[in-house]
Amino acid sequence: MSENIESKPYISYLQAESKHKGIFKWILSTDHKRIGIMYMMGMMAFLLVGISLGFMMKLEMLTPGKTIMDAQTYNAFFTLHGVIMIFLFIIPGLPAVFGNFMLPLQIGARDVAFPRLNLLSWWLYVIGGLFAIVSLFLQGGPIDTGWTFYVPYSIRTGTNVSLPLFAAFILGFSSILTGLNFVTTVHRLRAPGMTFFKMPLFVWAIYSTAWIQVIATPVVGITIILVIVERAFSLGIFDPALGGDPLLFQHLFWIYSHPAVYIMILPAMGAVSEIIPTFSKRTIFGYKAIAFSSLAIAFIGYFVWAHHMFTTGISEVSRFIFSLLTFLVAIPSGVKVFNWVATLYKGSITPGPPLLFVMMFIFLFSIGGLTGLILGSLATDVHVHDTYFVVAHFHYVMFGGTVMIFFAALHYWLPKMFGRMYNEKVAKWSIALIFVGFNMLYFTMFILGYEGMPRRYWDYLPQFQTLQIISTVGSWILISGILLMIGNLNRGIKRGAKAVANPWGGKTLEWTIPSPPPVHNFDVIPVITHGPYNYGEEEEK
Amino acid sequence: MNNHSENFEEHVHRDDFGAKMGMWLFLFTELLLFGGLFLLYMAYRLQYSHEFHIAARELNIGIGTFNTIILLTSSMTMALSITAMRLERKTLSLFLLASTILLAFGFLVNKFFEWSAKFGHGLYPGSDVLLDKPRGEYLFYGMYYAMTGLHAIHVIVGMIILTFMFVFISRNSITSTNYIKLENSGLYWHLVDLIWIFLFPLFYLMR
Repeated sequence: MSENIESKPYISYLQAESKHKGIFKWILSTDHKRIGIMYMMGMMAFLLVGISLGFMMKLEMLTPGKTIMDAQTYNAFFTLHGVIMIFLFIIPGLPAVFGNFMLPLQIGARDVAFPRLNLLSWWLYVIGGLFAIVSLFLQGGPIDTGWTFYVPYSIRTGTNVSLPLFAAFILGFSSILTGLNFVTTVHRLRAPGMTFFKMPLFVWAIYSTAWIQVIATPVVGITIILVIVERAFSLGIFDPALGGDPLLFQHLFWIYSHPAVYIMILPAMGAVSEIIPTFSKRTIFGYKAIAFSSLAIAFIGYFVWAHHMFTTGISEVSRFIFSLLTFLVAIPSGVKVFNWVATLYKGSITPGPPLLFVMMFIFLFSIGGLTGLILGSLATDVHVHDTYFVVAHFHYVMFGGTVMIFFAALHYWLPKMFGRMYNEKVAKWSIALIFVGFNMLYFTMFILGYEGMPRRYWDYLPQFQTLQIISTVGSWILISGILLMIGNLNRGIKRGAKAVANPWGGKTLEWTIPSPPPVHNFDVIPVITHGPYNYGEEEEK
Repeated sequence: MNNHSENFEEHVHRDDFGAKMGMWLFLFTELLLFGGLFLLYMAYRLQYSHEFHIAARELNIGIGTFNTIILLTSSMTMALSITAMRLERKTLSLFLLASTILLAFGFLVNKFFEWSAKFGHGLYPGSDVLLDKPRGEYLFYGMYYAMTGLHAIHVIVGMIILTFMFVFISRNSITSTNYIKLENSGLYWHLVDLIWIFLFPLFYLMR
């Protein structure tokens, strides 16, 4: 990347000099683009750690009884897999990488509202990640509570619980700061003429997400702190032996952690709403419906948390209400899917890698969403609660949903971010591998769960072995697909052909500036006169 | 909103309205942080209302009232300090800010004596005295230490922030035309005050 990209009259953000030297040019930079790239590096590293843990867990499941690790190690592995994937990868995920990089570009701004706060968020992310990693090697051994940290076990266990919990708290703080930064950015820094309804839908999604980050995260923050304090001083607040109520922990935990599910999926839905118009050369169908459905999901998502607690003995009435509210989330989600498909209808479709990922997303997310309805209804939930069915469901929505779109966004925006192209043919092969591997790995889990295989168990009955083997082999195919994809992207960044400013024919503002973007994004702040997806057909109002 | 956007081109890094907006969002997250605790308090108060009544009688209403007065006064000196800065009276502003910090310190000293007295009577989490009491009373003290403790941490953070503001004013990086930092710190301090205004009746007065 060191060679000069021709002798253009601009300095890209990748080459820009500052008063700092060496690596400090990056880790002390307040440029939103560099911060986005740094988040991406961190996240890819943690993704690989999370994948390795998942790989070992599936390997352990190849045979009943002990295959490669003992039960306690398995407990630690599924906890770490969850903690790393959720707190260090998916939750910061799209907002921190693409929100940081693309949000100011898409609204025609030179940076976010609080650039230094933005850098602080990244540092907090790194410190949180380090704490989580360090806790593995301390005396007492790695945390084994599951990523949900349920009391009273998390108060009693002798493993290292406090440090990873504190790490989660710091990561939450990082997330809050990012959220309030983005909300202020959207309100204050839109280019002249860009009204709320002329904003790209990715901006809408990031905006809704930022609100959830601000509103929901503090609640889990205090809950986590209380567990740490409980372990240190036994206040009794969550300890049934001292009069406390462990159910209240679950309530407070899910008041955050369910909306957090929408922190994960909403930005992905936003990215889908960018990719589909670009690759079908059509104005997005139902712009306002998609924008408002983001807000609706953010809003309703706040009132459904107790559907994680159907089997905990909460009252019949509240279970009924929470089940009903859970079903309501399906409506705005459905609105989005129908609008995306309607946008594709009669479009001039180019099946580039980002769109293929999106197609895969729609397929996998629909399965994930529909099985969510099975879990949301009281009668069936009791049957499949805490089985592989749940594991399969949330991997279909989280992995098949958010992570697939994270990959799609990488393929979509990588030419913009680095000014280089990757090999599209290899990208398509990796997509095929991922698709086959994913379904082998997780669809079998639906069947296993339905037949009664409980989640988080180290051992299983012999009749489950055939499906477990299919699932494990699927994990190998999936991982080879992901590694192929990462290798291809990495090669593209380093040695790929130079990318033009607008390789896909996108209409949003980030495609109007050179690739990679110059330091100050826009020489002249653009004036916005029309909607974001103006493909010259009927104007949508 | 519009009067600020005109200045945007010249002052890329100066957006007072945006800064205040960010601060209000942050205060909102602070409210929710305490909100979790208030929720727990409510749940346990409903579950153990009789024990909460009895346990609350142990708290020293005198110190609590005195601390409330101290914090309210500090909120006033804080607001006056901002006004003084706006009126270009730097020395007065510094004096008022210093008074705010001192009052905050006084609050913590009182809190220290109050907590030590409780510890002296064996009223702390995990003590034999408390373990012998009914579970509701144990929880009352759990909530008491959690909520006033978190509040005390906020007072300390507030003191640190205000000390920084003191340095900024004396170095003239906060001036009568650019005092958004001081104003935002003031907002934070009022929040700390406000939370105490809710803690005081919940623990000291409802007995």
